[in-house]
Amino acid sequence: MNIPNLLSVESLKLISSVNGKTLVDNVSYNLCAGEVLAMVGESGSGKTLAARAILGLLPPGIAPSEGRILMNGEDLLQVNSARMRAMRGAQIGMVFQEPMMSLNPAVRIGIQMAEGLRLHTQLTAAQIEARCLEILERVRIRDPKRCLMAYPHEFSGGMRQRIMLASVMLLKPRLLIADEPTTALDTLSQGEVLDLMTELAREEGTAVLLITHNLGLVARYAQRAVVMNKGVLVETGDVKQVLYSPVNSYTRKLIEALPRRGPVLTDSGVKTPLIEARNLSVSYRDNKPGWWRKGRVRKVLDSVNLTVHEGETVAVVGGSGSGKTTLGRAMLRLIASSGGGVFFRGHSIDGNNAKQFRLACQLVFQDPYSSLNPRQRIGDIVAEPLKLVRNISKQEASQRVIQTLQDVGLDGLALRFPHELSGGQRQRVAIARAIVRRPAFIVADEPVSALDMSVQAQVLALFQSLQKAYGFACLFISHDLAAVEQVSDRVVVMESGRIVEQGSRDTVFDQPQHAYTRALLAATPAL
Amino acid sequence: MKAFFKHKNGLIGGAMIGFIFVVALAAFFWTPYNPLAINLHIRLQPPSATHWLGTDEFGRDVLSRVMAGAAASGTVALLSVISAVGLGLFMGVVAGFFRNWVDRVLMAINDTLLAFPGILFALGVMMIVGANKWGIIIALGLAYTPTVVRVVRGTVLSIREKEYVEASRMIGNSELVTMLRHVLPNCAAPVAVLTTSMVGWVLLSESALSFLGLGVPPPAPTWGNMLASSRQYMQSAVWLSLAPGLCIALTLLGINLLGDAVRDKLDPRMVVA
Repeated sequence: MNIPNLLSVESLKLISSVNGKTLVDNVSYNLCAGEVLAMVGESGSGKTLAARAILGLLPPGIAPSEGRILMNGEDLLQVNSARMRAMRGAQIGMVFQEPMMSLNPAVRIGIQMAEGLRLHTQLTAAQIEARCLEILERVRIRDPKRCLMAYPHEFSGGMRQRIMLASVMLLKPRLLIADEPTTALDTLSQGEVLDLMTELAREEGTAVLLITHNLGLVARYAQRAVVMNKGVLVETGDVKQVLYSPVNSYTRKLIEALPRRGPVLTDSGVKTPLIEARNLSVSYRDNKPGWWRKGRVRKVLDSVNLTVHEGETVAVVGGSGSGKTTLGRAMLRLIASSGGGVFFRGHSIDGNNAKQFRLACQLVFQDPYSSLNPRQRIGDIVAEPLKLVRNISKQEASQRVIQTLQDVGLDGLALRFPHELSGGQRQRVAIARAIVRRPAFIVADEPVSALDMSVQAQVLALFQSLQKAYGFACLFISHDLAAVEQVSDRVVVMESGRIVEQGSRDTVFDQPQHAYTRALLAATPAL
Repeated sequence: MKAFFKHKNGLIGGAMIGFIFVVALAAFFWTPYNPLAINLHIRLQPPSATHWLGTDEFGRDVLSRVMAGAAASGTVALLSVISAVGLGLFMGVVAGFFRNWVDRVLMAINDTLLAFPGILFALGVMMIVGANKWGIIIALGLAYTPTVVRVVRGTVLSIREKEYVEASRMIGNSELVTMLRHVLPNCAAPVAVLTTSMVGWVLLSESALSFLGLGVPPPAPTWGNMLASSRQYMQSAVWLSLAPGLCIALTLLGINLLGDAVRDKLDPRMVVA
């Protein structure tokens, strides 16, 4: 290739002035115009810092100590702040991870979009508006005129990220840095945003630095990839080479951690139904528009029928807003249903067996940071469910807690507080709390989507081995089809409160019937 | 470095409050002179070896009166803060946790009370209860309750949405257990901050009430009524206002320093294991 490099980073080193620690060491890579380079790594690998250094947007206390960042031959580490400001936006654009946070909620979209053009060009107000409308149409926002007058909260996460992308691409930057641009989005919007991003970049000849932890996205959208681990660049090269014949052991570890479809299941005769939802409906009333009028009723769950048998794993998949989380909560009777019912071992749940039902069911949450009481020690958190079990002695209980902590690989941490543990360890605590009473049924609501790739794999494996050991049934709610493929026996696909397709895992993945299922599968990036 | 200074501030605050507390406690049993003994031969004497802080318009020893005043003001401040925090915590947690009509009724009452300035409300209560020590304690306790209710309810509202509260329900805990074990302890930090700063406000309010002649009636000394009676002699005998004034100021400073340290201590995340 003889295309000149647009950006070349040469042995970049970043150190923290607080404790003198080296955060990023000896990172070098090149980026040509029109190319998509993926920067892969787990949290704490320094990938965001390495990218922010390009823009001179490092957090206070972190500074580059060695190396050069050359953009068109100009060293960005040496330019003064006025020159840097002129480069930002006009030459280098950035899309952030959290679309809910990166748009100012108090300012109309049109004004926020025009800001860049006003700063960096001499266009008139009318010209600016025309350019904004044009690009909004380009990113497929319906009714761009109205969009300019609207506030960010009127749009969904995916639409906001498209608007963000539009306002960055408006200035036709030479380089676009996208820092985990779709991590907060569901599979379908993720596909839309990234398709648009690569399309726009190709048209304008913009180079893209895509920072991500998702190897599927790397395979689909990038031409070259660099892999970072603990501040060091461990592997760099063509995407095909990095993903299919990795040289470095860390890269290999990452690729092995990807979820894989489990062995083909042999149906072992008739299974007994454990928990059933019959015509289960849930509806909310919108906030009242006025003092006297009543809010509109919205159906979040619409006559859902679902049976989970003893010991099986049923996955519920769907985009955000499809009602999958509501289904999980409604089956556990954590939210009141507006119609239909839940049957546990063939009986409707009421007064008498409600207690039995509660003791036999558990929930694992998505966010391991808010699901543990920060004032309880790990041992107490895991022991708490046993307090409600009658006829278990104190000794048995503490024995059980120790055993369970061992099961999840946390022995010896009973006296720690949650904040002293990593995200993966916290999720193990949450799982320990769920299984300590030996439940028959567990709802796992996106249990791994807040975790790093290699940790995800460990937690999924742990979950499967625990299921094998204790034989509980599981409702696995997830938007991550790859994880679903690894753990589930049956798959249920939901769209706007209804089940649109259900069947055995292999049937749903290999011969999807419903259009929505096919769209979901197509949007899921895989190696 | 930062942690060190915080630690040091807490120690200084603690030492100041500890000293005042010991002096106040001692004043119940012993003061250099009888704080009520009038001796018109030695009116308005400046500080000297026999009377360290001088004497007042009736020839009473100012040091003895400041000590006895610490006991009286301290009792009032402590008891009214305890009653305000106790009542406020209860109402706030109940309102925030149940969030139904109970919440609406409690908050309607609370907002009505908040609409009056605290001191005006206290004045009204004093009219009914009477101008004595217990009257002040009840009046100030009630006057400061609505603030506590607001803070506690707000904290509870944010905590009850946390997933560990849902986890507690999922385990099968009753609402009461959930509230006591998972919601209440996590309110500790904001309530601690509020409590410490409230001791200061109450001390000031007590002084203000006494200044208006509605506090603990003379001749019994409190810092507030000492300050009130000293204002005629501000020019001629400045030590009369300086002594109780400095006591109030230093107590407030000590309490605020201590309060910051207590808040940090109460947060398990701040304790380095």
